[in-house]
Amino acid sequence: MGKREVQEVNAGSMADIAFLLLIFFLVTTTMDTDSGLARLLPPPVEQEPEDTPPIKDRNVFTVLLNSKNQLLVKGKPMKVEELKDATKEFILNPTRDEKMPEFKEIEVDYFGVVEVSKGVISLQNDNGTQYQAYLMVQNELQRAYTEVRNELSRRKWSKAYADLEKDQQKAIRSIYPQRISEAEPKNIGK
Amino acid sequence: MAKFRKKKGSGQAAINTASLPDIVFMLLFFFMVSTTMKEVSMKVRIQAPEATELAKLEKKSLVTYIYVGVPTRQYQGLYGTEPRVQLNDQFATVGDIQSYIAQERDAMKENDRPKMTTSIKADFDCPMGIITDIKQALRKAQALKINYSARQKVEY
Repeated sequence: MGKREVQEVNAGSMADIAFLLLIFFLVTTTMDTDSGLARLLPPPVEQEPEDTPPIKDRNVFTVLLNSKNQLLVKGKPMKVEELKDATKEFILNPTRDEKMPEFKEIEVDYFGVVEVSKGVISLQNDNGTQYQAYLMVQNELQRAYTEVRNELSRRKWSKAYADLEKDQQKAIRSIYPQRISEAEPKNIGK
Repeated sequence: MAKFRKKKGSGQAAINTASLPDIVFMLLFFFMVSTTMKEVSMKVRIQAPEATELAKLEKKSLVTYIYVGVPTRQYQGLYGTEPRVQLNDQFATVGDIQSYIAQERDAMKENDRPKMTTSIKADFDCPMGIITDIKQALRKAQALKINYSARQKVEY
């Protein structure tokens, strides 16, 4: 009786407090992972170099997008849905068409000497083009490249491009380099 | 014998809840760590465009955001209804982007600077004129890695 016991702290409400905090953080948490189309801008140039060697017409895939969001691909009107296949054909040039891009032979790891297209995609848009339409075109071009790279990667390693090792990806990238050049916009077709 | 019988008595034993706080705390810490409190108040209305070939933005600390869109209603009196640029919490012009990028880059660690990504969060209905101006400004600011923020397109 005379002995005094050390009083224990009542921990019964601990759970309640923790719950309260938990709910607060649950509500305030924003788990959104941002995603989007990744692009690399060309570095700035002071002046346009004057004696750039001209690129042959057959090596350029011109994509024009006007202020009414209409596409003109190599001088022909086209729907966005058709753009991916047209781009793929341009990259691959399966029939070695005279009007389609030329090839040069370079040496690539894992593959040896391969033919690499000299094609360049030139994208030009108007100041009044809708952002969504522009992004859709970018998306289609990207999709064409992704599919072409995936096809090669499946043939060679039977794996998707995204699952490859870093240097394997690099090899495929050097076979199908993404060359999209964006011209300064013009105020056409207002 | 009587001693043992004593133990058995009232029917159901209560579940031991002593470990409940531990479990809750564990969850709490998880959410505390994963929470990002930094949230800019949007002064422009942005409805992200749709795309399919999305790449994830990995590290948030490496990303600088540029918001483009029509000002929300309460700012329309002041800033009009043309698409405007928002940097951090305030309206800006395209001319401010270069100094903004430089400032953000200075705030980063030295070895993170080359990995800096600029995310352009623009409304889907923006005209390309303003986007192109931003791109030119980013080129001048040497912020070449960009990301056009977009939502996953549901069906194709």
